[in-house]
Amino acid sequence: MTATTLNAVTLPAEWRDILALTKPRVMSLVVFTGLCGLLVAPVQLPFALGFTAILCIALGAGAAGALNQYWEADLDALMKRTRDRPLPAGRMTRETALHFGVGLAVFSVLLMGVATNWLAAALLAASILFYVFVYTIWLKPRTPQNIVIGGAAGAFPPLIGWAAATGDVTALPLLLFALIFLWTPPHFWALALFVRMDYSNAGVPMLPVVAGLKATRRQIALYTLPMAACAVAPWALGLTGALYGMAAALLSAVFFILALRVLVNRATDPAGMKPEKQLFAFSIVYLFAIFGALVADAWLLR
Amino acid sequence: MIPDPVTEEVRRRQRGRAIVMALGLAGFVVLIYFITIAKMAAFGG
Repeated sequence: MTATTLNAVTLPAEWRDILALTKPRVMSLVVFTGLCGLLVAPVQLPFALGFTAILCIALGAGAAGALNQYWEADLDALMKRTRDRPLPAGRMTRETALHFGVGLAVFSVLLMGVATNWLAAALLAASILFYVFVYTIWLKPRTPQNIVIGGAAGAFPPLIGWAAATGDVTALPLLLFALIFLWTPPHFWALALFVRMDYSNAGVPMLPVVAGLKATRRQIALYTLPMAACAVAPWALGLTGALYGMAAALLSAVFFILALRVLVNRATDPAGMKPEKQLFAFSIVYLFAIFGALVADAWLLR
Repeated sequence: MIPDPVTEEVRRRQRGRAIVMALGLAGFVVLIYFITIAKMAAFGG
């Protein structure tokens, strides 16, 4: 009897599948930006508290991912990209995902509050609730603006990291929040362009499905401008040094050039969407590099 | 007696989850210990 056949009788979930519920690959970017928010803060947390703060951000992101998969199990089953996830593949019951997600969310928020402060815990709770209720349940199935507003959920980590260290929120973490918020639409729309049939088949109103390829490509280019402005703003406002300023300007220029290549691309078939795939890949590098430069700049200035 | 494959698979999964849970709990205890030490040092408790 194979594992697949056995799953038909609803076996207890494997721990690997429970781990997969937390979307570990998405979590890496969340953890990294949260860590950068913590490291650039003017207050140094003891290692154990800093480690716990990052752990809580990771657990909170994992909880949000699990609750997202609980809600979207039927939708995930319709898309090639997601149909092998534990729930649509039938390797786990929905109740298990719900209990795990809620438990992990409560645990991460309480631990953050106890270990650091309750402002950081409140921001963590807000980010989980925003991702689950505002993005997943409300916006995603209803409007092509889902990514625009929902992007706020993924923009919380540097704010949480900063708040964990300092107990307050100032201009720099707010600019970092705005940077990720404005980065999210071009990042996701670049992906949505070459997997739009998946979204279309699943009935998800992503921008390329609703407004078409040309409008999406134009929106990607347009969003890159305020994103670049936000990236350079911490340096322009004197909140960081020249190292960050130069890195932000250079990386944003490359991002903009790639966005222009997407803008002029006329391909309708995913096979011809090399610029879109390049922009999507670079957008991930962009965020890692720009936050890395921010930390390097902050530590060199100290 | 031939082992029931369903029971065997259930036991294997339960064992895997129990090990992960035990490691998680041990990690949590260690974490709480270090959080307490750090807070006592930081706030002079």
